[in-house]
Amino acid sequence: MKPARKQRLILIGLMVLGAALATGFALKSFNENLMYFFSTTDVVEGKAPKDTLFRLGGMVIKGSVERPNDGLMVRFKLTDFSKDVTVEYTGILPDLFREGQGIVAHGKLNEQGVFIAEEVLAKHDENYMPPEVKGSLKNQPAPVEGQK
Amino acid sequence: MFLIPDPVVRFFHRMASPPHFYSFTERLMPWLVVIFLLLTAAGLYGGLYLAPADYQQGDSYRIIYIHVPSAWMSLFIYMVMAVAGGIGLVWRIKLAEIVAISSAPVGASFTFIALVTGSLWGKPMWGTWWVWDARLTSELILLFLYLGVIGLYGAIDDKRTASRAVAILALVGVVNIPIIHYSVEWWNTLHQGPTVTKMDKPSIHVSMLIPLLLMAISFKFYYLIAMLQRARTELLLRERNAQWVKNMISESK
Repeated sequence: MKPARKQRLILIGLMVLGAALATGFALKSFNENLMYFFSTTDVVEGKAPKDTLFRLGGMVIKGSVERPNDGLMVRFKLTDFSKDVTVEYTGILPDLFREGQGIVAHGKLNEQGVFIAEEVLAKHDENYMPPEVKGSLKNQPAPVEGQK
Repeated sequence: MFLIPDPVVRFFHRMASPPHFYSFTERLMPWLVVIFLLLTAAGLYGGLYLAPADYQQGDSYRIIYIHVPSAWMSLFIYMVMAVAGGIGLVWRIKLAEIVAISSAPVGASFTFIALVTGSLWGKPMWGTWWVWDARLTSELILLFLYLGVIGLYGAIDDKRTASRAVAILALVGVVNIPIIHYSVEWWNTLHQGPTVTKMDKPSIHVSMLIPLLLMAISFKFYYLIAMLQRARTELLLRERNAQWVKNMISESK
């Protein structure tokens, strides 16, 4: 390889490496801000902001969904498989909202530590299969829900 | 160079010659179009008709057959563009520069399609058209990178200088590619995690996966067709004073 070309190749390599390093450090320092939602453990441990709106993500616990009065208000528990948070929401839920489903709620905590949601979004997982396959999976022992 | 078999090296040397590239791609084009049409027909038939409905999302998930291949293409084309731009910078090969800039509008289109189909999919499933999570935001930045490349190239009159400037922008933007891919693993996002491109076996049923892969290959062929057509036009434009172009025009008269 001619020296001039080699020099240009090294220069380009250094440029890409520099850009990658700079971006890497920037992303690392803004890591918290890049998280789309807080987990339920964050909320229980008091890491979530007080008095301001934030997003809370987790899985709807099976059997926890209830409608305490006849209105649109719905109350359910969210979990990340270690800590639970109770959520109250008044409004229309997305189609994919169901027990055992991951959701992201936008709202804030009240004094009792109940999360008052203004918006509820459903987070579908990465599994795609026909209903028959899902049915036959149900008959087997339940797989360990391994969400990190 | 000694690691690459001799015929491959000779092929690339020949392709770097503009007249050879022009006539070779002309002969190649009908084949590419036929393969593209066959793959698209098979992929769409498999995806929209043969594949079963999803256990959770029903028939709505079928937008996956456009959304996911487009998103893959947006990353793939960016890498081709950056590598071709880099080759143009180091070896000053005119055709590499042309391939790089001809890729940009195709890549931008695929990025736009991925964003729009994702938005259409998000409304019924998530309950929102758009959120500023890491995956959606980084993909939007990719669209701006493509538009930046196109704009920068148009802003500089001397096309060889323009190619060099564009290559540097494209190479710096490469940082965004792993960010897009890993965004769903590094941060909490509303967007789902990877279904197919992960170490584990794909978490999609095989009857749904095959049409998806067919569509992914078909989009690759579409890219080849669109990029090569643009490259041929760009080549003629840049070489309009060269002898081979004058010969070709006088022959066709």
